[in-house]
Amino acid sequence: MVMERISAELVECDVHTDELLINMGPQHPSTHGVLRLVLRTDGELILDVIPHIGYLHRSAEKLGESLAARQWLPYTDRLDYLASMNMNLGWSLVVEKLLGLEVTPRAACVRVMVAELNRIASHLVAAGCYGLDLGSFTPYMYAFREREKILDLFEAACGARLTYSYIVPGGVTADLPNGWLDRCAAFLDQFDPTIDDLHAVLTSNDIFIRRTAGVGVLDMKTAIDYGCTGPVLRGSGVDWDLRRDGEPWYARMYEGYAFDVIAPVHGHYRNEAAYPAAPRAAVVGDCWHRFFVRMIEVVQSMAIIRQAMDRYRGTDASMGQPIKATQKLPRGEAYLETEAPKGQMGFMVIGNDTKTPHRVRARSSCFCNLSVAPELCRGGLVADVPAVIGSLDLVLGEIDR
Amino acid sequence: MDAEAIFRELQKRHPKWTLAVDAAAIDPWIEVAPEGILDACRTLRDEPGLVFDMLHCISGVDYLAAADRKDAGSGPRVEVLYHLSSMIHRHRIVLRVRLPRWKDDVPGELPELASVSGVWRTADWHEREVYDLVGVRFLGHPDPRRILCPDDWQGHPLRKDYEVPDEYHGIRVK
Repeated sequence: MVMERISAELVECDVHTDELLINMGPQHPSTHGVLRLVLRTDGELILDVIPHIGYLHRSAEKLGESLAARQWLPYTDRLDYLASMNMNLGWSLVVEKLLGLEVTPRAACVRVMVAELNRIASHLVAAGCYGLDLGSFTPYMYAFREREKILDLFEAACGARLTYSYIVPGGVTADLPNGWLDRCAAFLDQFDPTIDDLHAVLTSNDIFIRRTAGVGVLDMKTAIDYGCTGPVLRGSGVDWDLRRDGEPWYARMYEGYAFDVIAPVHGHYRNEAAYPAAPRAAVVGDCWHRFFVRMIEVVQSMAIIRQAMDRYRGTDASMGQPIKATQKLPRGEAYLETEAPKGQMGFMVIGNDTKTPHRVRARSSCFCNLSVAPELCRGGLVADVPAVIGSLDLVLGEIDR
Repeated sequence: MDAEAIFRELQKRHPKWTLAVDAAAIDPWIEVAPEGILDACRTLRDEPGLVFDMLHCISGVDYLAAADRKDAGSGPRVEVLYHLSSMIHRHRIVLRVRLPRWKDDVPGELPELASVSGVWRTADWHEREVYDLVGVRFLGHPDPRRILCPDDWQGHPLRKDYEVPDEYHGIRVK
């Protein structure tokens, strides 16, 4: 028997009930951390969603004012802890921008490799947990099995599996160990076909499509207005990626790499014949497209890593010198955004001719991406809320700082 | 458009509010008078040659002592920075607003600034955060609550003279 999806309009016509406030979180499994949503509901309908954040607030910016730039680096690990390499990179680049510091070609290659590996790891968590949010357990195991192998690679490179502090202002803490490139290449070769498994259990899974296609549609204009970035912005059809469009301080790192920016521009992806087709019910800007953009970005990241490995072999062994904790920061302000897996992560540092910055600022991508959630949930069903929240791929460590 | 050109465009429309430009800074900035922030932001967003469609970040910075910045002639103050960019024209600018640390120099009275949440929705949460952590009251904000700290938290932690309370509801903080 084929069950038709119950549309919100049908429920509304059916029956009206008293408005009810439902507290979702802060310990709800589908809130990806300690996020609390207060849902105002009329029966199954969502009238409004009020997010309450701050449960993980650890005064990261205030702490930054009493630590040297190098010392604050481990705190960036704990912002988006699923993409610590990208957080390290953002902070390192902004400090380098303030100091006018260049890194060596080899250090830049290593940065590209680990940042893209971490993007894959982060997108795997996003995809796996999204399946979990929608009631399917298998993809979670598939995704985490592969992520585990990326963490092994990170462990070999820097000793840590979650909070790396590997990319530091001035370069990276150490060159890659012997044999690492071969291990990485072997991983990519082995990982490549497993993406199809995820496509089979999620992307083209009928239940998954019914839960995500046409749900939580975010149009382009609203996305930009709310400052949404990353896959959330691109899922709405905006062809924008800082790796290509960002400031030179960041984008030059990716110069010469061939990769596509993944976005359904006018409803179509570049080279879309290579991937599962979009279901008929999917609308640009819905949960399905946000998920799909991440899945394809994984493929692009793999291409970038392969190119970076070739480039790495051609560089000389100079790794540059990471800055010391005694490094003075000159007077001035520098702000830089980088394309982290979850969106544009911005850091600002204000120097004061002392070791410690006058002010540190972290502009969180998830912070802006979450602020649009009420718009997406309004008028939908209660069951759509986890689908919307999961599709935004939030990490509360980054939102609350 | 570079910072100088953006400055001239803005000055043409708001000569009274557009105060200064530094195109040589790491991130070029334009200083706008607090009274003119809303008009300036509307112009920046709507003018066909400017089209700053994305507000990236609003940050509050507290300067307790005049020595905190070399080019500052204005002594203790709170600055609010708006990082803007245009996806269409691919240019970016920083808007800077200088406010007194306290309104009318009465300690405890927060300085006030017009909210730009009607211009970019990003500003909604970012202004709440600036209010919460730095202590700037945004007039006309649709939901002027704290965002990261609890609603009954005392003080604004990113002020340079902020003192951590001894306890919060019986929980030791220090």
